Amino acid sequence: MSIEVAVAAALFVGIIAYAVLGGADFGSGFYDLTAGGSRRGAELRTLVDHSIGPVWEANHVWLIYVLVIWWTAFPESFAAAMTTLVLPLLFALLGIVLRGASFAFRKFSETLGQARLFGIIFAASSIITPFFFGTIAGGIASGRVPLDGTGDRWSSWINPTSLFGGVIAVGTCAFLAGTFLVAEAARSGQTRLADELRIRALGVGVVTGAVVFAALVPIDHDAPTLAAGLEGRAAPLVVLAALASVATLVLLWRRRYAIARLTAVVAVASVVSGWGVGQYPWLLVDEVTIVDAAGAQATLQALLVAVAVAVVVVVPPLVYLFRLTQSEEWTQH
Amino acid sequence: MLTPDVVTSVLAEFAVHLATEAEPAGLLPARQQMALSLGWHIILACFGVAFPAMIFAMHLRGIRRNDPVALGLAQRWAKVSAVLFAIGAVSGTVLSFEMGVLWPGLMGTYGDVLGLPFAFEGLAFFLEAIFLGIYLYGWGRMPPKRHVMMVLPMAITGIIGAYCVLAVNAWMNVPTGFKLVDPSTGSGQVEITDVEPWAVLFNQHAFLQFAHMWVGAYMLAGFSIAGVYAVGMLRGRRDAHHRLGFMLPFVFASIAAVTQPFVGHVLGFGLDERQPAKLAAFELAETTESPSPLRLGGVLIDGEVKGAIDIPYLGSLIAMNSPDKPVPGLDTIPEDEHPPVNMTHLAFQTMVGIGTLLAGAVVLFWVQRRRGKDLLQKRWFLRFAAAAGPLAVIALESGWIATEVGRQPWVVYGVMRTTEAAGDYSASLWWLLGITTVVYSLMTWGAVVVLRSMARRWREGAIDLPSPYAPEVRQ
Repeated sequence: MSIEVAVAAALFVGIIAYAVLGGADFGSGFYDLTAGGSRRGAELRTLVDHSIGPVWEANHVWLIYVLVIWWTAFPESFAAAMTTLVLPLLFALLGIVLRGASFAFRKFSETLGQARLFGIIFAASSIITPFFFGTIAGGIASGRVPLDGTGDRWSSWINPTSLFGGVIAVGTCAFLAGTFLVAEAARSGQTRLADELRIRALGVGVVTGAVVFAALVPIDHDAPTLAAGLEGRAAPLVVLAALASVATLVLLWRRRYAIARLTAVVAVASVVSGWGVGQYPWLLVDEVTIVDAAGAQATLQALLVAVAVAVVVVVPPLVYLFRLTQSEEWTQH
Repeated sequence: MLTPDVVTSVLAEFAVHLATEAEPAGLLPARQQMALSLGWHIILACFGVAFPAMIFAMHLRGIRRNDPVALGLAQRWAKVSAVLFAIGAVSGTVLSFEMGVLWPGLMGTYGDVLGLPFAFEGLAFFLEAIFLGIYLYGWGRMPPKRHVMMVLPMAITGIIGAYCVLAVNAWMNVPTGFKLVDPSTGSGQVEITDVEPWAVLFNQHAFLQFAHMWVGAYMLAGFSIAGVYAVGMLRGRRDAHHRLGFMLPFVFASIAAVTQPFVGHVLGFGLDERQPAKLAAFELAETTESPSPLRLGGVLIDGEVKGAIDIPYLGSLIAMNSPDKPVPGLDTIPEDEHPPVNMTHLAFQTMVGIGTLLAGAVVLFWVQRRRGKDLLQKRWFLRFAAAAGPLAVIALESGWIATEVGRQPWVVYGVMRTTEAAGDYSASLWWLLGITTVVYSLMTWGAVVVLRSMARRWREGAIDLPSPYAPEVRQ
């Protein structure tokens, strides 16, 4: 594996982590938004607040990690994607800003009215943001970002691949969040809430799965390079994603929530990896390969050092944080 | 010295920038956008850097002395920092998007040169976010001694993160760690070779710039937090809670305030060689005078200095460390490499003026205290203490304006002009700026409303805030 590909792989690990960990956070916005009136939805909203409160900021940093590695390792392609896809990027950014701020504000709101306002902003922007990230992925994967950054500002993200990408992103986030929230509710003894969430998570899972398979047809025409990769090199990952999704649905159905979380993570991680492997060796599909897009060698080496340092110093406390949030002391609110 | 004269000339300078034909249409809105979002984020970043250390000191005091007042303060501060950290995290994310969206020329060309410090900054921020989660939610759920230790990584990573960002800024001021094969800018592609990312991360200028900002962060956060309790005391709340809430951050701020003039002075060494145009603008030196005076206030109108108070010799002494060595004037620098002089000069003087005032005030406070006089009994001092936070904010912002505007027209000094860094979005960026202004105003409003309501409920005796999600859960 060349150093360029190693750095690209490190970058992609960040994308997968953001999709899984950040995705579960974003997805909880769907349930928050559809939880019903303030009285009926209080229990679920408290659960959402409790489950993502300690971790959402750490999960959010994966996005910054991805951006920084991208502009440092592959600067020209970063500038190109940023200029061509400026609109969906800004919409996603707006979502991130509104979401982060209003989540924090809601928790400390004084009146129910304030909490409701901030809550709606939080939940709505949680749904909008992954949609735009999905369109961005679709724009890159369908070869709509030229290296000189002069791609069309609208059709680069309003096209079949992008739109399906957006819907799939929203669906997978909601599905992930659903399985996590069900498990959290069951663990803290909120059986009625768990049962209610279970049905909704199952529904979201079935719909999302259908959309993913429906998407394969337009992607075949709209993004031939990606489609060839998905049907070729990435085929095992696509199959794994399908199996893990079905397994998650079955496990949710049988109320085996703890294991369902694992299969859900495998499903989302393999969908995202399928995209990465499917478009390999392109960084910007049909425009520039990973090797050609790379910046200075010395910088790539230094970045790998930084990544190694990150693995050593970030992973243990991150694991500690996740373990604490899953522990008994932290579950009792 | 905000006379109408000054205002018109600064505006005129602005208009000249607007009208210069060589500039891409998107440059001005891109600059304003960057100035707004960076200027806004810097304030929160200061809290991110300095607040954890204060929370740590307060929490430790609470545990060591078994002091419920200190523990209560630490717990409240942790909640406040949660709100500030959240909006700081999102405004920081905005900046990382803007690097690419607003300055594709800079990032496309120099991304691999300047990127490494950002990678380590991201790492530091990651750790800070993780430990913030652990600390915030650890109240009452972890052994106290282990719990207090969870703040420490936040204090340290705040320092590392600030250093990394300042390393990039220092690099923009004193570029290093690469070679240009064809330095003739213009249409020809510039080839960058021999990139040394570590040299950028540890560039010689970075440490001093970091030190200046770090100390500034302690001033800003320290004075702002102390000011909140000064207001409380002005309203007659003179309990142990307010005294301690004032005193601890004020100690941090005091140490920072008296250190800052020295750090700033050392940072200025060699500016005449590094960036003579910036120094000339700082000092409002139109022509090279020997010895140079120190110019208080004043503006440059049509190449003439007006309205300034000159103190002979002092300019040479402060800027050049010599009784007669002249500050090189703007006349030694090509016209198209002049920064916006008045804005730079006034911002610089605002920073120095406020910094001096704050340093003097804390010295006065501690001297009087040694003599057994407590200035906290004086309403005028409490009023000043309440204003010190906003003053520190203004000083810090002015410092940034001085150094950033003073570097113009270069984005990377001597290598890349800001015009080359900007994208070609033209007028649509005005829309973006408008939307950003609205969103940031709303975010500021939200933060103020929420923080004030938290304070009010705490005053009314609430310890745990009720769940805001349903009418029946709240009482």
